[in-house]
Amino acid sequence: MSDLFLGLITGVIFGFLLQKGRVLRFDKQVGAMRLKDMTIIKFMMSAILVGMVGLYTLRAIGYIELSHKPMNLGGVIIGGLLFGVGWSIMGYCPGTSVGAIGEGRWHAGFAVLGMIIGAAIYAECYPLMLKTVLAWKDFGKVGLPEAIGVSPWILIPLFWVGTIALFRWFERMKI
Amino acid sequence: MKWKLDDGAWSPYVAGALVGVLAIASVVATTALTDKTKFLGASTTFVRAAGLAEKAVASEHVANNAYFTKEKVKVDWQFLFVIGIFLGAVVSSLTDGSFRLEKVPPTWQARFGASIGKRALGAVAGGAVAMFGARLADGCPSGHGLSGIMQLSVSGLVALAMFFGAGVFVAHFVYRGASHE
Repeated sequence: MSDLFLGLITGVIFGFLLQKGRVLRFDKQVGAMRLKDMTIIKFMMSAILVGMVGLYTLRAIGYIELSHKPMNLGGVIIGGLLFGVGWSIMGYCPGTSVGAIGEGRWHAGFAVLGMIIGAAIYAECYPLMLKTVLAWKDFGKVGLPEAIGVSPWILIPLFWVGTIALFRWFERMKI
Repeated sequence: MKWKLDDGAWSPYVAGALVGVLAIASVVATTALTDKTKFLGASTTFVRAAGLAEKAVASEHVANNAYFTKEKVKVDWQFLFVIGIFLGAVVSSLTDGSFRLEKVPPTWQARFGASIGKRALGAVAGGAVAMFGARLADGCPSGHGLSGIMQLSVSGLVALAMFFGAGVFVAHFVYRGASHE
């Protein structure tokens, strides 16, 4: 039961912050894909910069294990491309769609319906995917520091520097 | 840098950084209070929602489906997390006056007109393709993008590049000529 309550509280805060950052909007999502308004990228990368330091610190003190999703070549590349195609037309990602309904953009309900249908179709196609796309090559659950043999405490500062340079460029371009 | 924008919105840098704090707090809390460490994610919930809906009409079919069996059709931590996103957005938008009933998004309307039917078709078809892709990739911009890249996962970095690359490419053709709202 504490699982469910914790999930709800975390979701409420997440939804509140997504709405305050105005990233729940179709126009912000599509605006980023049209390279005209990078609000969602600023939001997401800021979250990543902060979260990255926290999660690697928690790992360093032995509090948590990281949990990488498998780098299945076909799955991540084909699936990622399909996601991008659908995302550009739908104008929401799974997390933002439900939040968009919450701020009154009720047409996002169609996006939620479409995604539930897509999940149902995938469930039927899963055995076929296992035999085809997902069977190509799986590099397993791997993190970049281990993959290239560089300490995360070198990669994280580099990631910060690169991302802040990107932010400065966004502000200069007024996007 | 402005912390608060004119329309009551928060700077995306500030709101985003707070999401980073939330992600850390959530990992600490789930590790301490539940059976395993949980990272933020959303798309598996859509599988469970599809499974719950199908269960109502064909429970045996769901029980025999390998993917539903793998992902477990149940209301769990992430399911409530997704419901929470909805509630959080309701609270935020009603209290700062940005709540608005909208039939069709402005950018969509500028390109395809005010037809709800057209928008519904685009959203359902786009949503189905996107979710098929997210399940094949095993994550969406929350699971792969936020949680994956925070951990410097190779899969998260590659997935986000694919999401955004394909999105930019298709959006270029789909919304050509529409003004940005």
